[in-house]
Amino acid sequence: MNKTRLVTLSAMVAVPMLLLASPWSGAAAPSPADGQAPDAAAATGSDTATRYRAECGSCHTPYPARMLPAPAWRQIMGRLDNHYDDNAELSAETQALLTRYLVDHAGRASRYRVPADDKLPRITEQPWFTGEHDEIPARMVTGNPKVGSFSNCTGCHTGAAQGRFSEHDVRIPGYGRWED
Amino acid sequence: MKPIAYLTAAVLAASVVHAGDVSTALEADYRSQGAGPFDAGAGRALWTREFPGDGGARSCATCHGADLRQTGKHVRTGKAIEPLAPSVNAKRLSDAAKVEKWFTRNCKWTLGRACTPQEKGDVLNFIRSQ
Repeated sequence: MNKTRLVTLSAMVAVPMLLLASPWSGAAAPSPADGQAPDAAAATGSDTATRYRAECGSCHTPYPARMLPAPAWRQIMGRLDNHYDDNAELSAETQALLTRYLVDHAGRASRYRVPADDKLPRITEQPWFTGEHDEIPARMVTGNPKVGSFSNCTGCHTGAAQGRFSEHDVRIPGYGRWED
Repeated sequence: MKPIAYLTAAVLAASVVHAGDVSTALEADYRSQGAGPFDAGAGRALWTREFPGDGGARSCATCHGADLRQTGKHVRTGKAIEPLAPSVNAKRLSDAAKVEKWFTRNCKWTLGRACTPQEKGDVLNFIRSQ
C-alpha cells in the first residue's frame, strides 16, 4: 500500500489508543489521586511514591517519609479526619497503602521528639529541623506573606515537591538565594 | 485539509464529549438515593454560603474562590489550588472517585457534616456550568 494509506491506517489505530490513556478520556485508567487502590501486587515502590505525592501533596508539600519516624506517621495516618484542623480522609485501601509506604520509608526513631499531650507530631518541631533552619530570620518565613510558615517547604525549597532540599536550590521569595 | 487531519479532529472531539460522562454517572447515583432534579443556582448558593468554624466562618469559596476559573488557595497552607471550572481545567470532573473523595472531606470540614446527595448534585451542576 502507498505511504499515505499506511500513515492514515496507523493513525486510526494509534490516536484512539493514545486518547483513551489521556486525561480527557472518561475511560482513563485510574489516576494516582483517585480513591481506588492499585493492584497491590503490581504497585511498585515508585508507583506508590507517585501516589503519595499526588494524594498528600494536594494541600501542602508532600513531606518525604524520611522526615518522621514510623510511630509519628502511624499517628498522623490514624487521624486523617482531624488532620491539623483539616479533614484529609482517604478510602480504607488508600489509607492502608500510604501508611505502609510511609512506615517503610520512615526516618530513624532516635531523632524523634514525642509531642506533648495528644497533639499531632510536626516536622517543624523536630530538633534536626530547627537546627537546619536556626539561622533563618523570621521575617523571611513567618513574616513573609509569600511563604507564611516553615511547614511551607515549597515556598523556598524549589525542589521540595520532588523531595530535594539542597541549600543550593533555595530561593526565598523577596530575598533570593540562601547559601552560607 | 488532509484526511488524517479530519480523522484526528473527529477522534479528539469524541473524547472531549466522552469526558462529561462522570458527572452523569454521579448524578444517577444521587438520584438513586432520592435526590433530583438538580439546580446549578442552588449549587452556587451553597458554594458561597458561610458556615461556622474554628478560626472564622468558612465556605467552599474560602479556598476555591467564587470564580471557579481562577486559581484558588488553601486557607491554611497557602498552596495554590488549580481552577475547578472544567472550561479552563480539562482534568476536572473526569474521575468519579476523586470527586467523591473531595466531597467527603470538604463537606465535613466546611459544613461540619457530609453533603446530601441533593447538595452534591446541585454543586456538581454548578461546577460543570463554569
